[in-house]
Amino acid sequence: MIAESAIREPLVTGGKTAHDVTNDIAGRVEDKPAPSWLLAMAISLGCLAVGGYAVAMTLWDGIGMWGLNKTVGWAWDITNFVWWVGIGHAGTLISAILLLFRQRWRMSINRAAEAMTIFAVICAAMFPVLHMGRPWLGFYWALPLPNTFGSLWVNFNSPLLWDVFAISTYFSVSLVFWYIGLIPDFATIRDRAKNKISAAVYGALSFGWDGAAKTWSRYETVALVLAGLATPLVLSVHTIVSFDFATSVIPGWHTTIFPPYFVAGAIFSGFAMVLTLLIVTRKVYKLEDYITIQHIEMMNIVIIITGSIVGIAYITEFFIAAYSGVEAEQYAFINRASGPYWWAYWSMMTCNVISPQLFWFKKIRTNIASTFILSIIVNIGMWFERFVIIVTSLHRDFLPSSWAMFYPTKYDMGVYLFTFGLFFTAFFLFAKFFPVINMAEVKSILKATGEGAGSSSQVAQEAEKIEN
Amino acid sequence: MKETKKVYWKGLEQLTNNVEFVKNADKEFPEYLPINENEEEGPNRRDFLKMMGFGIAAVSLAACEAPVRKAIPYVKKPVDVDPSVPNYYASTYFVGNDYNSVVVKTREGRPIKIDGNKYSEVTGGGSSTQAEASVLSLYDKQRYTDPQIAGKKATWEDVDSQVGAALGAANKITIVSYTNFSPSTQAAIAAFTERYGNVDHVMYDPNSSHGVLEANLASFGKRTLATYDYSKAKTIVSVNADFLGASLNHSMNNKQFAQSRKLGDNKKDMSRLYTFESNFSLTGANSDYRTPIKPSQEGKTVVALYNLVAKGLGQAGLGSTSEEKLPNIQKAAKDLVAAKGASVVVAGSNDVNVQIVVNGLNSLLGSYGTTIDLDKESYLRQGDDKKMSQFVADAKSGTAGALVFFNCNPVYDHPKGAELATAIGKASISISTSDRIDETSKACKVVAPDHHYLESWNDFRPVKGHYSLSQPTIQNIFNTRQAQVSFLTWAGAENTDYYTYIQDNWKAQGMGEGNFQTFFDKCLLEGVYKNFTAGEQPAFAGDVNAAGSAVASGKAGSGLELLVYENAALSAGFQANNPWLQEMPDPITKACWENYVTVSPKHWDDLGLKLGDMDTQLADVSVNGVTMKLPVLSQPGQADGTVGIALGYGRTSGGKVADGVGANVYPVLATKSGVNSLAASGVSITLTGEAYKVAQTQTAQTYSGREFVVQESVLKNYQEDPSAGRHTLPITDASGNKNHPYAITLWNGHEYNNHHWGMAIDLNSCTGCGSCTVACQVENNIPVVGKTEVLNRREMSWLRIDRYYSYDADQITDETGIKDELNIKETAAANPEVVFQPMMCQQCNNAPCETVCPVAATTHSSEGLNQMTYNRCIGTRYCANNCPYKVRRFNWFKYHDNKQFDKNLAMNNDLGKMVLNPDVTVRARGVMEKCTFCVQRIQAGKLEARKESRRPEDGEINTACASSCPSEALVFGDMKDPNSRISQLLKIERKDKMAMAKEPRAFHALEELRVMPNVWYLTKIRNKDESKNEAHA
Repeated sequence: MIAESAIREPLVTGGKTAHDVTNDIAGRVEDKPAPSWLLAMAISLGCLAVGGYAVAMTLWDGIGMWGLNKTVGWAWDITNFVWWVGIGHAGTLISAILLLFRQRWRMSINRAAEAMTIFAVICAAMFPVLHMGRPWLGFYWALPLPNTFGSLWVNFNSPLLWDVFAISTYFSVSLVFWYIGLIPDFATIRDRAKNKISAAVYGALSFGWDGAAKTWSRYETVALVLAGLATPLVLSVHTIVSFDFATSVIPGWHTTIFPPYFVAGAIFSGFAMVLTLLIVTRKVYKLEDYITIQHIEMMNIVIIITGSIVGIAYITEFFIAAYSGVEAEQYAFINRASGPYWWAYWSMMTCNVISPQLFWFKKIRTNIASTFILSIIVNIGMWFERFVIIVTSLHRDFLPSSWAMFYPTKYDMGVYLFTFGLFFTAFFLFAKFFPVINMAEVKSILKATGEGAGSSSQVAQEAEKIEN
Repeated sequence: MKETKKVYWKGLEQLTNNVEFVKNADKEFPEYLPINENEEEGPNRRDFLKMMGFGIAAVSLAACEAPVRKAIPYVKKPVDVDPSVPNYYASTYFVGNDYNSVVVKTREGRPIKIDGNKYSEVTGGGSSTQAEASVLSLYDKQRYTDPQIAGKKATWEDVDSQVGAALGAANKITIVSYTNFSPSTQAAIAAFTERYGNVDHVMYDPNSSHGVLEANLASFGKRTLATYDYSKAKTIVSVNADFLGASLNHSMNNKQFAQSRKLGDNKKDMSRLYTFESNFSLTGANSDYRTPIKPSQEGKTVVALYNLVAKGLGQAGLGSTSEEKLPNIQKAAKDLVAAKGASVVVAGSNDVNVQIVVNGLNSLLGSYGTTIDLDKESYLRQGDDKKMSQFVADAKSGTAGALVFFNCNPVYDHPKGAELATAIGKASISISTSDRIDETSKACKVVAPDHHYLESWNDFRPVKGHYSLSQPTIQNIFNTRQAQVSFLTWAGAENTDYYTYIQDNWKAQGMGEGNFQTFFDKCLLEGVYKNFTAGEQPAFAGDVNAAGSAVASGKAGSGLELLVYENAALSAGFQANNPWLQEMPDPITKACWENYVTVSPKHWDDLGLKLGDMDTQLADVSVNGVTMKLPVLSQPGQADGTVGIALGYGRTSGGKVADGVGANVYPVLATKSGVNSLAASGVSITLTGEAYKVAQTQTAQTYSGREFVVQESVLKNYQEDPSAGRHTLPITDASGNKNHPYAITLWNGHEYNNHHWGMAIDLNSCTGCGSCTVACQVENNIPVVGKTEVLNRREMSWLRIDRYYSYDADQITDETGIKDELNIKETAAANPEVVFQPMMCQQCNNAPCETVCPVAATTHSSEGLNQMTYNRCIGTRYCANNCPYKVRRFNWFKYHDNKQFDKNLAMNNDLGKMVLNPDVTVRARGVMEKCTFCVQRIQAGKLEARKESRRPEDGEINTACASSCPSEALVFGDMKDPNSRISQLLKIERKDKMAMAKEPRAFHALEELRVMPNVWYLTKIRNKDESKNEAHA
């Protein structure tokens, strides 16, 4: 039981009752699809189809369909990979770390954030497979499976292999965490179901949830344990992704600052993506009482902090390059800022370092429109950050004879579009068929202020009453 | 249990003992079955089942038809052909007028690789780029498969009867050929001449040495070429003569020149090369002092040089010219005089007078008998421009009679080719012996296709007293006949077997010692035969004054001047349909797949063009009334006011690869006097505004002063300190001690118990000719990707030669900002120096590629090699990204059996595939590949040694690049063997499992990364007073 200060702003506004919560959230699942949803879904599927063509051509003809060359062996593929993985950081951070820190404001956003994480990681995972020359072999050769090739093993020295473990672990834990959280809500929908199909489907999805006190107790324990497991993963995944670059010898990659810098960048972009999605969901589903300005402001503060960390990292890189006395390293950074890809670098600097600083102004960080615009700008900036790191480092490394430019083809863009299609198709399906806010948890914070206090067990009893 | 005695009746019939029933009681079907069991009445039930069974079996067998196996085993195995064991045959490469003594490697009866013949004193054991690539021309679908009459397939009998009748009826016959120096061919032509009487044999050369030949006739009384020995020269001056690039016998020139440039403990001196030239040639790139001149200044520069040398020697000069004020010319003259007797002047001009002055100058310098040998004369060029021009005129007027084009293509490569093409139609009969479809043979009525040189017997006498033999290395693939046999057949000779004909001819000329067959077999085995006794050097008797005044009074060039050149890849264009040559980047411009107009950077700016990523524009270039559409390319070092265009492109009937690539500049060579001239003035260039891209494999101009890439110095400094120019980055450890970066490591190193392969590359003797790159391509089945993919920077070459210009260090002052300094460092100087750096997999001992591969597809061998396992590779390209030398190549597409890459002839048709090296995998799409140090050769060499229970000898195992290198700049060997050439050269000391080179000039590229390559470079030393690159680095 947590004693709430009377001064503290309520986390859910509008004097919602537990019943209102159920109606507001589960009602969306039960309603017929709105025309706006159908339109959004059609656009997403369109992106998926167009992008699917690019993916198919890449698989059929080869990686040559992309703009890569002998000097720049990775470009949009790994840029997109790191970008999506980065986006996939916010969900677990919100659910796990904020759970451990007892930040209860997270309750109304964690569901969507986690879903976003799952889908982003799926999109990210497309690229390590798609970028392979021979994905039909690579997708399982990169796993340490027992085999008959003379028991040929994977190379445990390779950061790419560490990626395989890091991403798959992160994905599994996030998925389980997310799903466990969904179970009580599925049970609610099951119990409210008016037709047999949804009763059966949600019944299956809810794994026979009975709402007993013992079940709730187990549920909370599992949530805590998983949060404990997920917390180090939030930090480890992007650390390991950054090792792809940090352990190499290429100037601009070979940098020890990368792990913290990548983690900060990932949280930065993840929060921005959560904001982008929630601002829309909030508006469309009329969830203003659950996802309040306070939530938005809290997330914007996280963006200022991580954005500033990222900015300091950029400047530190320059300082270290100058201080190192290594000619190739110095050149790599001068080339970033003033070489042929200067526009990418300055886009990154503008979007990632300068624009989030606007959130120091309370007016800006509590304004929905400006938050929405800036959240998109941050994600553009973070895409450019990965592009700058990967392409501008590779395109001019040690031997000037190999210096080259990278120009994306329509297939590079198509594959990126494919992941957008995939992401939004999945997200819209989620938004329609899954409860976008954790009803059970939100009910616990309804009366955080005032005379009553809501613990989850009380809410459960209440819920039981309603059901009966 | 109680016994049951119950009886179950089968029916009432049994009870009643019905007769019918009792009779059939033991049958399976006691009742009558309405099936016919009698065979005579047609197929019965069992037959039906049998037939159905057979039918099903037959259908299912037919459905899984066994694949057709095209490899047919020998019924009787030839004695010396063993599967997977290569055979080597000494032979002679002769395509067009291009010659090289070679050794042909065959596998299961297929020639797959050409190497230089080390016994040859003429070509010096190197193999030219064109010779290396020529093996693919054997398997070219452009070849004639049958003789042709009027464009239709015919039989040899028809050809012979038709030709015999037509020739008999002709009152004059003209045989046209390139220079031919085959004694037996000449005998065959003589027999032909004897048969028909009025036969004229016109020899010409596309890029002729007419001027030199005529000058030698005027100066020494014999119309031949001299042989040169650059290795003896201390001072070499070249005036527009690219003797290291695409000139005749350039592989020998490279070898000799490199010898004069090698440095070591016992040789602290080297030659000095001055170049006065218009285009940036390979010779210019290797020179110590290079002065850009216009083509119109060529003759006057020679005269100026003559005057200055004469003055230095206290002799009378010629009329003075303003060229005496050219930069470096005074210094050159001083050096020439100082090195009298060990100096040589060469000029590329086709003007007789200029060449007479050159002869006079060399005579003054006492070069004859030392660096130039006119007694040991060379027959490599004998073409007579005037005679050929006369022939074209005769053909037009119809007085040339019957025309026989003996392996030549004048319609394409003669300036008046277009006129000749129409004239051919008028001749009573026109015959071409070309082995493949070309512009001339298409115009001819009869085509009597010759064998490819790899299918032929032949003999050659490139130099007086020096013979070289050709022998077939494969049965003729198509229904072709050796051209000499055709001549003999048409001559009605008794013996038309050319093999015995050659022998008879040799016997008739009194050659041979002892048993002729033994002698001949030995010649055949070695490929060459030397029968030379030195004679007197003819004395100079030319009128140098008259020639000098004729040159000095020559009019100055007007407007923009053009100098046509041959590039190192396509040369005169005989093998334009060879994709290996088309994709070989020009050593200087690094451009491939077409020709272009090279303009000076100033001219480029004046045209309003901007340097971009291979971006340029097409321009209309008009010269002497000929207009061509060509892209413009900025070429640092190009003399202002001049442009250059390469020969050999712009074929119209050259084949799939050659056609439509670039423009033909041969028509530009036409002059009023009938003598070809490479120079032209009054050229106009107008940009068409059409954006265009020229495919280049390297666009960076300089090495940006990065001393960790290339290290160089000048001779003076080297003589004082052999480690001059070495760039070391001492690191200071915690206790303040300075250390070599190699002293501190996290790596455990690799134990090499058997061999430790390594390579030393002498930047001083590498002339950048590029023959190693083609050798590598042939040996390792490296695909050709075509222009678009080169534009996409996806060429597959495992070995490339990086070309770096020097920048203008004087522009950098204390006030120059960082960015401006970088810009200056990245921009080539107006007249830059050049360094060539062959770059292949450095076989790092601490390889950054090996650690990053997730599936361990690239691993370290126990002999120091960085191995690539293609069938384990999943193509993440991480290794390529992490390779600091960027030498890894990825199979972006499927390059074999893919119509999109049909210019990759070696992998896209059954004939072309015969050239593939069976010891090297053709890589699949999506895998990474790179230089393997020719691991297949290492394994073969080790196996050979093991069979004989011995260690492999040094030199026995050699990589394709090192063995093709004419200048021996690449030395490959076992660094574990203290006596190997590489160990000696690098002074290898083994310490902490590692091989460390104690040679002061040896360095690793990107040393401070501590990837510990097994490839060492030796510093570039220039023989000049101050190095542009080193001065301000």
